[in-house]
Order: sequence, then structure tokens, then C-alpha cells
Amino acid sequence: MNMLVCIKQVPDTTEIKINPETNTLIRDGVPSIVNPFDAYALECAAKVKDANPGSKVVVCTMGPEQAKVALKECLSVGADKAYLISGREFGGSDTLATGYALSQATKKMEELEGKFDIIFCGKQAIDGDTAQVGPQMAENLDYPQVTYAYEAWVQENGTVKVKKEVEEGFEMLELPLPCVLTVTKPDYEPRYATIKSKMAANKAVIPVLSAQDFELDLAQVGLKNSPTRVKKTFTPPRKSGGIVIKEETNEDSAKKLFELLREKNII
Amino acid sequence: MDFNFTSMEQDVIDMLEDFCINEVKPLAAELDEQERFPVETLEKLSEMGMMGMYIPEEYGGAGLSYNTYTAANEIINKYCASTGCMVEVHGSLVTWPLLTYGNEAQKQKYLPKMASGELLGAFGLTEPGAGSDSSGQKTTAVDKGDYYLLNGTKQFITNGYYAGLYLVFAMTDKEQGNKGISCFLVEKGWEGFSFGTKEKKMGIHGTSTYELVFEDVKVPKENLLGKEGDGFKIAMTTLDGGRISIAAQGVGIAQGALNELIPVIKARKQFGRTIASFQNTQFKVAEMQTDIDAARLLVYRASQMKQDHKRCVKEAAMAKYYATKVANDVTRMCLQLAGGIGYTREYPFERMMRDAKITEIYEGTNEIQRIIIAGELGIR
Repeated sequence: MNMLVCIKQVPDTTEIKINPETNTLIRDGVPSIVNPFDAYALECAAKVKDANPGSKVVVCTMGPEQAKVALKECLSVGADKAYLISGREFGGSDTLATGYALSQATKKMEELEGKFDIIFCGKQAIDGDTAQVGPQMAENLDYPQVTYAYEAWVQENGTVKVKKEVEEGFEMLELPLPCVLTVTKPDYEPRYATIKSKMAANKAVIPVLSAQDFELDLAQVGLKNSPTRVKKTFTPPRKSGGIVIKEETNEDSAKKLFELLREKNII
Repeated sequence: MDFNFTSMEQDVIDMLEDFCINEVKPLAAELDEQERFPVETLEKLSEMGMMGMYIPEEYGGAGLSYNTYTAANEIINKYCASTGCMVEVHGSLVTWPLLTYGNEAQKQKYLPKMASGELLGAFGLTEPGAGSDSSGQKTTAVDKGDYYLLNGTKQFITNGYYAGLYLVFAMTDKEQGNKGISCFLVEKGWEGFSFGTKEKKMGIHGTSTYELVFEDVKVPKENLLGKEGDGFKIAMTTLDGGRISIAAQGVGIAQGALNELIPVIKARKQFGRTIASFQNTQFKVAEMQTDIDAARLLVYRASQMKQDHKRCVKEAAMAKYYATKVANDVTRMCLQLAGGIGYTREYPFERMMRDAKITEIYEGTNEIQRIIIAGELGIR
């Protein structure tokens, strides 16, 4: 299997503090991490690689030079090759522009690395929380896709079986290759780096693909070509505790809820 | 003195800390409660290459510095002293003497397996009648031409049951006293080698502490480490390094306890204010962190000297004596400041206090350390 994992370097939101006067995020000095869902996507790909000897995992990100740190992190935990897609042209791209740029870059990486069978993304990034880039890539590339993927297995018949998380549990889906999977938080943890993989990753040279290196319509990338407009960012008011109703059966829970609502004259 | 780490070393230290927070800390209470050896942690640390951290790359290790190894000892012990013991005995008491005194064939045979964690090391010096005074060895190894015939019993052997390679000290010439002690590499499973009692201890419940019993065990000639009569020298120089690791363990336990205490005293209120807001608490916390830092400086001074292949008998003894004393003082004080809850097993303070005690005893009691320090000052 030849696999691509798209990752994003994000600020570690567990370390973020809010400026109480302006109510905005204080980003200075906040460490950057690999978006956790992307780390799960990489682990999902690495598991496919483990199960299919001879497989390859390529990882890529679009971002500034410093995003190489995140790519090296990925190289230490299962990725074989990394590409950085970087340049001023891409700065300020929204999800639509990013989805387009990554799709075009994918075609270039396929020239260098061979056709990808599966493209993995995290289901969303923890900074923007849009969950749009993966699905947009699937549309741009005209590939089938599964979102909220939990785990994937390549079948003997050349398809991929995917466990997908849904509201009430899981669905098992089968789809042809090539395809796009966006990965949610599974019940397995990403593997740890080893000292040797860490050393090798630190020494790795990461090739950079600039806007000139692949076919790209510059009128579809960058801040001014991004249709998304951020009107306002704010911290939502804190919700009070709430009540958890968990009776023995769903029916009992519904009855309890009904009683509570009736007591308060809501119903 | 500069104890800065290279970025690669720092990466490994951060990686290990992250691993310990996720994998070592959550197991610590369970290992203690169930008196269970952390088999799963050994497996994971082995996969990460941590068991061969400072073994040279040519023997399958990561080739990192001794100071990085010292830092690793401190980190692991912040979260679990039992897991710390497992790593320390393997690294300081078996890997080091094999690297230092082993011939090329011995190194080629054993070091790659020790680096990968396939073979865990154990150190067999102590006997029922030979603790601080190792010259009282009753275990004997008799030269039978092709092999040595090993007979005797070793006591309090850490990693006992789970090790694969044992460094065993035995008398080859009783007349010579200390100079008649030799050191052998003994493999688990050899005929005549069995396990005696599993010790029930006050602390470090997660370590596998066993009696080793040797009854007519045939040790091949090529498994003599160094020369006949080198045993005492090997044991003493090995313990110099071991002391640095035990000192690092002391620093780790103390820092771990203080780190656990801080959120407790910030949250817990008495007389309408947090425990942390009382000046007595502030003084104690300040004193404890200062003591820990002082101990840490002694540890890294000794570690740096060892890394530079300098003689560090006095410095290692000082680090061990002081840091393990600090570990005991700090864990006791942390429990006291936590109050009644500190005495319960819901919190780690009582475990850390029990674990700390052994650090003043093993690998040379702190009384022996003071004799060494005084001796190095010419006072005998």
C-alpha cells in the first residue's frame, strides 16, 4: 500500500491561555504539536503498513518552514517520507484553498512517490475545527471517502474495509481504492518514537514543494482568494453544569426527563 | 559546570518524560498494591531503545551520553521507583561492567541483547552473610578445567526472576579474601540455577527481589568477567556508577513527591485558606526544592565525571548519601503537609516515602558512603 497522510501543525490548545482583557488567545510561547487527529490518522496508516509489508507512508503538510518540526515528529512514529508544501502564495488560505492546494500537491507527490492508494487526514484540526479539508480533497480528486474512520483494513479483493464511528456505535464500510479517510480518535494510542527513529527523523532532509513546483492556479490559493471571511472570534459564555439523566433504560431516562420538564412547567 | 544536553539528548529525555506520564505513572500504584513486576513497561521501554540508551551503537545501543542515562533515571523515578530500579540495575550494574570489563566476545554475545531489552540484567553480590562486607562471600566457584563449578546463594537480587543475564560474584580463592573474588556472567536456565524466596519488602513492591540459588552450576570458562580475582574491583567500580543512579533515583523520588504535593496544597483548605497560603508551607516547599536542586547538582557533577572517565568515588558517594537523604526527608515532609489524605493510599505520598527508604540502604548503605567520603579525605 502506498499511503499519504496530510497533517497540520497546530498550537497545543491545552497550553493556551486567554488574555482576560481582549478575550483573545495568547499564542506567544505556546508550543506547537501535530494535530492530535492527524496523529491518529498517521497511526491508522502505520497499522495498515504493519499489516501489509512493503507499504509506504508519505506525510505532508502545508505551512511555514517551522512545520518541518511536525513532519519530523511524524517521521519518528511511522512515516517513511515527508514533504513540506510551503510558500507565501499559500499564506492565509482557508479550507477551500487549502483543500485545492493539497489536492494539486498530491498529484505532484504521486509523480515522485507513485500513486497513493489511501489518503488519510485527521477528521478535523483542533485549532479551526472545520473538518472540511479532507472531504474537499476527496471531492477535488474525485475519490470515495469515509469520515470519522476508526480503523482500516486492506482486503484481499483490493478494497479497504473501514470501521466508521457513528452516533450509536460503528458502521463497517467497504470502499474501492484509491480513497480518502478522515480519522477520529480511536481506542488505540499512536505509537511511541524509538530513540533510533527519533535520531533518524532529526537527521532527515525534508523536500519543500513550492507553488512553482506543481500545477497550481494561483487565483485559487492564498488569503485574497479564500472566500471564507472571519467576522468575529470570541469565547463562548461558560455553560452551567446541567443535569445528566442516566436511568437503567432509555425509556426510564425519557420518563425522568419528561417529569423534570413538567415540574418546571416547560411541558 | 555545564550540564546542558544536546538537542538530540533533550529530545530523548522529553520523549521518556512523555512516556512516563502516560505509561509509568498510571501503573505505579497498581504495581505497589499487587507487588507486580512491570513486564509491559519493560517491553515498551525495550521497543523504544531505552534499555540500551548508553550502549554504543556498534553493540546495538543508542550511544547516548552517561548524563542522558542519569537524567533518564531521575525521570522514571519521579513516577515509579520500582520501574526505576528495573532500569537502573540493568543499566548501571550489568551493562556498565560488561562494557568496561567484558572481552570482545562477551560484549558481542550479550550487549546487543541487553540493548534490545531481550536480556534484562541482574547483579548478584549480596549474600545472607555478605552485605556491606562483601568479603564475607560464601558462594564459591571452583576451577574444573573446562568450566567453573558455582555453588552458593545470593540474596535481595533486584530483577531476580525476570532477568536473563546475572552478574554473579563468587570466591575462587578463599585465602585471598577480597582479592579471591571473581565475577561471572550467568544465564537464566542453566542447570542447577534456581530461585529461592521472593522477598516481601517495605517499598519498591514492583521490583522482583529474589534469592538466587546455585547448586553445581557449570559456568563456561569464557563467562569469567575480567580475570580471576578481579571480582572485588569490578563490584566496587560498578557500585560507584550505581550510586550515581541511586542518587538520581533519590532526586527523582523527591521531585516526584513535591510535584504531586503542589496541587494538593493549593486546593486543600483549612481555617478558610489554602494549605499553600500558610507561611510554614511556603518555607517547607522552598526548603525542599532547594534541597532537591542541591542534590541534583551533586548527582550531575558525579555523572559528568563518570562520563569523562574521571575517578569519582568520593563524588558518587556524596551524591548518593545526600540525594537519598533528601528523598527521605522530602517524601516524609510531603506526606506531612498533605495531612490525613497523605497517609492514605489514594495519594502517592506514602508509597513514595516507603520507596525512598531503600535508597539509603542498597548499593552501599549511607553509613558506608560516609566511610568512603571520609576515607577519600584521608580519615580512616
